[in-house]
Amino acid sequence: MASDTSKLGFYLLLAPILLWLALLILLPHVGLFLVSISEKIGPREYETGFGNYSAFFTEPLYWRTFARTAIMSILATALTLLLGFPIAYYIAKITRGRTKTTLFLMCMIPFWVSELVRTFGWMILLRETGVFSQFLQWAGLVSGPVEMLYNDAAIMVGLVYTSILFMVVPLVTTLDSLDDSLIEAGYDLGGTTTAVMREIVIPHAMPGIVSGCIVVFMLSLGNYLTPILLGGKDSLWFTGMIYTQFITRFNWELGSAFGFLLLALSSLVVFLGLKLSGRSLSETMGRS
Amino acid sequence: MIPSLPQSPFAKWAYRAYVTLFFIYLGLPLAVVSVFAFNDSLFPSLPWEGFTLAWFFGNESPFIGVFHERAILRSIGTSAFVAAWVSVLSVFVGTCNAFLFVRHDFRGKALLYMLMLLPLIIPGVILGISILVFTSSVANTLEDATGLWFDGLRPGLILVILGQFSFITTFATLVISARLQKFDPSLEEAALNLGATKAGAIRQITVPFLLPAIVASAVVAMLMSFENFNTTLMLVGSDSPLTITMFDKLKQGSTPVLNAVSLLLMLASAALGLMSLLFQRKKA
Amino acid sequence: MTETTPDLAPSDLECRDLVKEFSEFRAVDGVSFDVPQGSFFSILGPSGCGKTTLLRMIAGFQSPTSGDLLIKGRSMIGVPPNKRPVSMVFQHLALFPTMNIGENVGFGLRQRGVARAEIKRRVGEVLERVGLPGVSERRVDQLSGGQKQRVAIARCMVLEPDVLLLDEPLGALDLKLREHMKVELKALQAAFNTTFVYITHDQSEALVMSDNIAVMNKGRFEQIGTPQEVYHAPRTAFVAGFVGDANRIPVQVVDATGGTLTLKTGGGAPLKLDAAAQGSADWRPGQRAEVFLRPEAVDLLPAGSEQAEAANMVPGVVDAVLFNGANSTVTVRASDGSLMTAALPQTGVLAALRKGDAVTTRWHPSQARCYPVAEG
Repeated sequence: MASDTSKLGFYLLLAPILLWLALLILLPHVGLFLVSISEKIGPREYETGFGNYSAFFTEPLYWRTFARTAIMSILATALTLLLGFPIAYYIAKITRGRTKTTLFLMCMIPFWVSELVRTFGWMILLRETGVFSQFLQWAGLVSGPVEMLYNDAAIMVGLVYTSILFMVVPLVTTLDSLDDSLIEAGYDLGGTTTAVMREIVIPHAMPGIVSGCIVVFMLSLGNYLTPILLGGKDSLWFTGMIYTQFITRFNWELGSAFGFLLLALSSLVVFLGLKLSGRSLSETMGRS
Repeated sequence: MIPSLPQSPFAKWAYRAYVTLFFIYLGLPLAVVSVFAFNDSLFPSLPWEGFTLAWFFGNESPFIGVFHERAILRSIGTSAFVAAWVSVLSVFVGTCNAFLFVRHDFRGKALLYMLMLLPLIIPGVILGISILVFTSSVANTLEDATGLWFDGLRPGLILVILGQFSFITTFATLVISARLQKFDPSLEEAALNLGATKAGAIRQITVPFLLPAIVASAVVAMLMSFENFNTTLMLVGSDSPLTITMFDKLKQGSTPVLNAVSLLLMLASAALGLMSLLFQRKKA
Repeated sequence: MTETTPDLAPSDLECRDLVKEFSEFRAVDGVSFDVPQGSFFSILGPSGCGKTTLLRMIAGFQSPTSGDLLIKGRSMIGVPPNKRPVSMVFQHLALFPTMNIGENVGFGLRQRGVARAEIKRRVGEVLERVGLPGVSERRVDQLSGGQKQRVAIARCMVLEPDVLLLDEPLGALDLKLREHMKVELKALQAAFNTTFVYITHDQSEALVMSDNIAVMNKGRFEQIGTPQEVYHAPRTAFVAGFVGDANRIPVQVVDATGGTLTLKTGGGAPLKLDAAAQGSADWRPGQRAEVFLRPEAVDLLPAGSEQAEAANMVPGVVDAVLFNGANSTVTVRASDGSLMTAALPQTGVLAALRKGDAVTTRWHPSQARCYPVAEG
């Protein structure tokens, strides 16, 4: 009897997760794939084939946008790491007690504010009539209004801003677990700052670096708001292209193929990152 | 490097300056958004034309404040509706998942756990279009077969709720599992030993222990739902949540009303965050 | 300074009036000492006495508020830790978990830009000297506690430092291994002939290994001396109480003339001490003081044995026997209720001593130390 009720309890617990994963994650992606390999040959008439994928490879605008999105995302990831590492190190190793908690919480602020609001803030700062432009004019550094919006640098600023928290948090966690005495030992044995960084601190922080980079890359790759609003209409971001195919052009078949390509790229990067760090997805993602 | 190692004053100073600059970078966009909500001007930009609350309370054109702007008020209502559903659903499923993963051992557990983490690595846009494609084809099939309409499976609030739920559940599961893992099962055994029923033991001992995590994940779920854009964009119908409405308005050109809404959003998030922090401190 | 001792090399390590002040207190308060080349020097003191701060100042992780610190006659003030000819074995060893043993030991040589083949040779050599040949390729977590200990020492010794600092490295080991490592550390020190400065709160570690011990309390050195001096002739009550076990008897001075110090206990029993054996000579009748007496200095005379009349003889009854092999002790209760702990040799007639047996305690006036108690 007891085992029957516990069996029942087990299946009751199992039901929601199976429904969720099957109906909202697995089947939709199977469906997406099926649509991506069907070609429209007439009204409500389809035939299976890889025509959508070949369209992607033959039309330079498509694959160039894809490559551009990937490269910009890699750049944004590298920049985020470069800018975020000293901050994480400062929080984890230089500050103590209350200052540390405060700084750490301050890093979390962007998480609490909608991405739309953050991007809006950058628009107010960067546009032609924006705060920076007017400040430069007031200071006499430029003679007329300067447009700082709608270029790749603006996209980069926004992408880094949006994702830096996801780099800093895992880095602070891993650097926190690095015992000060290891750094001291490195110095004591004659190491310079560079040597200690390269041989002791960075190898120790590697798990945090990898999981931070994975998350930031994915967020950048899948971002829509920042490139569209800060980069303008011609920002050429791949998610924008997917949106156009789905909503404006109503070409779901091609859009699905684009979606699948984006998914494949982000999965590949996650896979490579995990291989590189020799850790499992559960270990890397489970703690953030 | 670390405080116990000697460092030149210049390096120390430069490092501090960098950290300060970083936090300015972090705070600046939010600060300008807030400040221009009070500017007595038609555009959220310099010069400063004087302080006004018109962008909150004004009801004369062109100074229509947030509290008199129908479209925005309606979309806040829509967002709240969506957030409430998403939060309830994802906390419920998240709690079930936590019990399943922490308390049970079964074949394929590792695989199921990995599948549970998948939504974290699927870009939001993809999640949106996959659900859109899937529900539409199901609706098409059903409509062809029955001749009835299945509006619930067409873009609209139900799909928005499902779409957000599909990835927020993963966060809820992680937060609640982490707490349940720290629970000492012998407490529950002690309750059983003292004559409680299994359900009574879970209700009186385990659930109160989990409550901080449940509240925290509900708050995070609400916030994520309110802020979500990518998934929502693909699934939205005629009733648009706040982020979508703001995005549309932003594309048409920004007015300080948007600043006012943003400021209210920030205050609401801060209040929510503070509340959950206080709640957890009280419990802990 | 070196002019005064032209025939001697400068000592490896010398501290002159070293002070370290933190905002609330003085961690190190005017400490001066020097450590001759090739000796094992221990700093012994309770936790919080400032010994760690002192060691970290020598290593360069803290800078002194005032005073000077010299290694081989060269002042180290302002010299960063990576430029000092000292190496440190950390409390938890601080072996780099991301490197294997060979990389750990070779770390310092790599920083000096030594050629790869040379590093490999020297790492192999030093690992052999610490008794761990062929472990280069292993990971840190594949070694036992004692092996890690030796790797940590090898990692420092491969750099041939002038002074090796050790920050209670045996603290984390279990008792058996700790006993073993004491002997081994001493042997390693002798083999390398390097100056070791060792800090610990464990008196037996200090007594077994050291050539000289400094006993530290509240930021000051109470005494510097050989283990025998510190044990048998403690200069202060703190040293007498901290190093080794002792019976502590509160007394009052009765008379201090004629080479003998006559005291009386709270119960009124008279005690006699050799005045010459005491550090202080300035005794006033009526002054309050405390007598420290080692358990092994107390003779036990079983009832019925021949007893010549002598000083400091007190009849009593066995209160408890604490059997601990060669370290067994017995507690004897005198007629006035006071307790005296005595070593109990596990040979002869005394081995049969049981609770309730009558026994007389006796100790020689030269064996006990007496310190005035601060009034107030």
